[in-house]
Amino acid sequence: MTYLKPSFRHPALPKNKVGFTKVDYEGAISTLCAGCGHDSISGAIVQACFELSIEPHKIAKISGIGCSSKTPTYFLNNSHGFNSVHGRMPSITTGANMANRDLIYLGISGDGDTASIGMGQFVHAMRRNLNLVYIVMNNGCYGLTKGQDSATADFGSVSKAGKSPSPFPAIDLAGLAMEMGVTFAARSFSGDKQQLIPLIKAAMSHTGFAIIDCISPCVTFNNNQGSTKSYDFVRDHIEATSELDFVPERKEITVQYEEGRTINVTLHDGSFVHLRKLAPNWDPTNRRIAMDGLQQAKNKGEIITGLIYIDPDSKCLHEILDTVKTPLNSLKEADLCPGSEALEVINAGMR
Amino acid sequence: MKPTNIADPEYFHKVVDCQYACPAHTPVPEYIRLIAAGKYTEAYMVNWESNVFPGVLGRTCDRPCEPACRRGRVDEEPVAICRLKRVAADNKGDVLQYMPKVPFKSNGKKIALIGAGPASLTVARDLAPLGYEIHLYDEWHKGGGMMRSQIPSFRLPEEVLDEEVNFVIDLGIHTHFNHFVSSMKEEILSKGYDAVFVGTGAPRGRDLELPGRKDAGSNVHIGVEFLANIAFEHKDKIGKKVIVLGGGNTAMDCCRTSRRLGGDDVKVIVRSPFKDMKASAWEIEDAQGEDIPIMNNMPPKEFVVENGTLKGMIFGKIKAEYDHLGKRNLIPTGEPDVFVKADDVIIAIGQDNAFPWIEKDLGIEFGKWNLPVLDRLTFQSTNPKVFFGGDAAFGPENIITAAAHGHQAAISIHLFLENKDIQKERPAPTTNLYRQKMGIHEWMYDSPVVNDDRYKVTHEEKSVTLKNRKVEVELGFTHLEGFKEAQRCLNCDVQTVFNTSRCIECDACVDICPTDCITFTINGDEEDLRTRLSAPSNDLTQDLFVSDLLPTSRIMVKDEDVCLHCGLCAERCPTAAWDMQKYLYSVTKAGQIL
Repeated sequence: MTYLKPSFRHPALPKNKVGFTKVDYEGAISTLCAGCGHDSISGAIVQACFELSIEPHKIAKISGIGCSSKTPTYFLNNSHGFNSVHGRMPSITTGANMANRDLIYLGISGDGDTASIGMGQFVHAMRRNLNLVYIVMNNGCYGLTKGQDSATADFGSVSKAGKSPSPFPAIDLAGLAMEMGVTFAARSFSGDKQQLIPLIKAAMSHTGFAIIDCISPCVTFNNNQGSTKSYDFVRDHIEATSELDFVPERKEITVQYEEGRTINVTLHDGSFVHLRKLAPNWDPTNRRIAMDGLQQAKNKGEIITGLIYIDPDSKCLHEILDTVKTPLNSLKEADLCPGSEALEVINAGMR
Repeated sequence: MKPTNIADPEYFHKVVDCQYACPAHTPVPEYIRLIAAGKYTEAYMVNWESNVFPGVLGRTCDRPCEPACRRGRVDEEPVAICRLKRVAADNKGDVLQYMPKVPFKSNGKKIALIGAGPASLTVARDLAPLGYEIHLYDEWHKGGGMMRSQIPSFRLPEEVLDEEVNFVIDLGIHTHFNHFVSSMKEEILSKGYDAVFVGTGAPRGRDLELPGRKDAGSNVHIGVEFLANIAFEHKDKIGKKVIVLGGGNTAMDCCRTSRRLGGDDVKVIVRSPFKDMKASAWEIEDAQGEDIPIMNNMPPKEFVVENGTLKGMIFGKIKAEYDHLGKRNLIPTGEPDVFVKADDVIIAIGQDNAFPWIEKDLGIEFGKWNLPVLDRLTFQSTNPKVFFGGDAAFGPENIITAAAHGHQAAISIHLFLENKDIQKERPAPTTNLYRQKMGIHEWMYDSPVVNDDRYKVTHEEKSVTLKNRKVEVELGFTHLEGFKEAQRCLNCDVQTVFNTSRCIECDACVDICPTDCITFTINGDEEDLRTRLSAPSNDLTQDLFVSDLLPTSRIMVKDEDVCLHCGLCAERCPTAAWDMQKYLYSVTKAGQIL
């Protein structure tokens, strides 16, 4: 019986800039089904945080309820965590973010947690441009309750539990996010870490709300023939907008590409995203083109992945509200209480 | 890279580092699991089939398996394989019931074995059950060869050796003990043997021709002769001050023996640096533990004799320098020479082969260093009837190598006497793969990897052992210690078998692997692939396991280097593309032994 992960690691594991190896970003051994896409996303998060050289205690991982929302146990053991109420991850995160703006917020949610019970919270967090990386582990079904269709199950998709194909259209989370004016939208696939890791890194460096709608096959209930969220179906229908690299600091790019085929998007912190476009005329900084592209892909039956849209000049909730730069939890009495003399002045003004 | 051919028996064999490194390819993890299960008799028999002397080797083996042990690459120290072997030998039950039983049906052929050491005894063990009439010649009154004459009884008690020698002798071997063969032609070849095996070891200890050597006379001893004289009780005393020259295992045995025979100021003096000493680390440690200083970088120059009595030796001082090719030069430091007092000096600086008893006109050619010209695979000499093995074949090695030679020579002799091609008709190893799955998280082997450090074996009190050379120093593991040490074994013979057609590329194995062995990537040549794996891939001696092309045009690459064989890849695989299968590789012997 092995629920125990050996503690031995590769003896030559590289260290990142802050002196940690990948092990320092790992979590407990997963109890999800073997082959669950969610575990790959956890692996990508571990790798992305390691590569970004973020100190684990500077991250807060917050989740709701569901298979997806269990995963924060399986990565970043040394980070802050809050496993909240079903669909309420955005409001918990809003509170935490307001109290301590210095942490990086990593919200983990699933298709049920986001597109059904948490829909209201989801759209409002986007509308407010909360500084949050919001990863949806999207498998199109309710795995924890034995695989019923979720609101992201595609029209006509057959799950292992459902006798008939889904009669309803799916909620397209990336499309909805675009409609809500999100400042960073991406879609990816748990089986494509090469794309997912730089996307997570870019999302963590973005200021404002960053959604990654990550298709993550449910091996137990939704990896069957007829499902549109199986490993095979997704691989057959996937179309990437671009190949992207996340570059943490300005470096000269030595590789030459055909004119008009590459785009660099510089983020707030000076890092940038380097994109090699696969689809002509794609411009991830142009909301209209991005929305058109999403719609066209949908019409063609393609699953478009990669960075869909980014607003590098986005203003997050703190900037919109012009909140104090110091995290609220660090403000001292002297900062908050102007003193009796100031009170006297105010009172005098009332007389 | 081309997909790995796991049907090739050598691929998975190489993954079992200990077994691969063992000259006799003893299935180490197999018997370690039996020890953990308390099945000591069965563990002993696995050993006996493979190396004939489990009790002897469990104490004295050179342990090429231990530096090879995978655990040494992820943990500080390897599994104490040798000491575990001893646990099986010490606790075994009735093993005779499993051994071949005399009488065997005669096949009418006669074989002579010269020298009753480990190589000859192995040949005897392998060939006797096939019906050969075997004649074993040795100059001493008992079998065992160097295991008896060279290994002091505080490391190998006589009863342990006697028992294992007798297991072989009792297979109906005709012994000719107290018989020093002085002529191959007259005493052996003239008697009409169908084949002859020479396992006479490397019996001649090197002397040191320095000024004063002749005058020093009987107070200077040759290491191997000294040890033999003690073993056969021709000698039981030595002076108070003793110098042992040499840095090999014989030197260690000589100095420790001297401590037990009255030497209370025993020094080992070596001409080269400590790190270049040939002795096994644990033997050096044991010698130091018996208050024997080891002095390095001191080449001997002269025996000092006054009035016919040895007074000591003069040594120079050197330092070692290594050129860019790693070749060592010993350069004098210019410091003044050192005089070291001594009543006795033991010279243990190496052994040579000597075959004065083999006449030159027998068609047996000798080459470099007076070694016979042999076929490396078959051990056949230039006289097709005559085979060599053990130290007599390629110079001084060790017991386990002698046993490995014996097995191969026995196969050659058997094929030769059946008029078969001894090169081409050699039997292939037998191999087996058994699935280990019992449930989702249950395997037939103990898959969890324990963190325990290597257990130390208890020693008898020094005050006791130094008084009596027959008291064994190491007490061996207790049952519990044996169990715990056995649990440290990573079960490298339980192989990770990958089935490309089942893989859905979900990455579950990549994510769970504690040591980052697995990568899915685009194919390339080996050098290129090694730069693109999940973790650094620096050990080029460890193979990459490469799959066929997967649906996404990638391949699965597994670096075997630090795989813990924990089975997590197979547990997390939703389609059983990974499976844990026990691989049993067995070197085929001349005939079936068990």
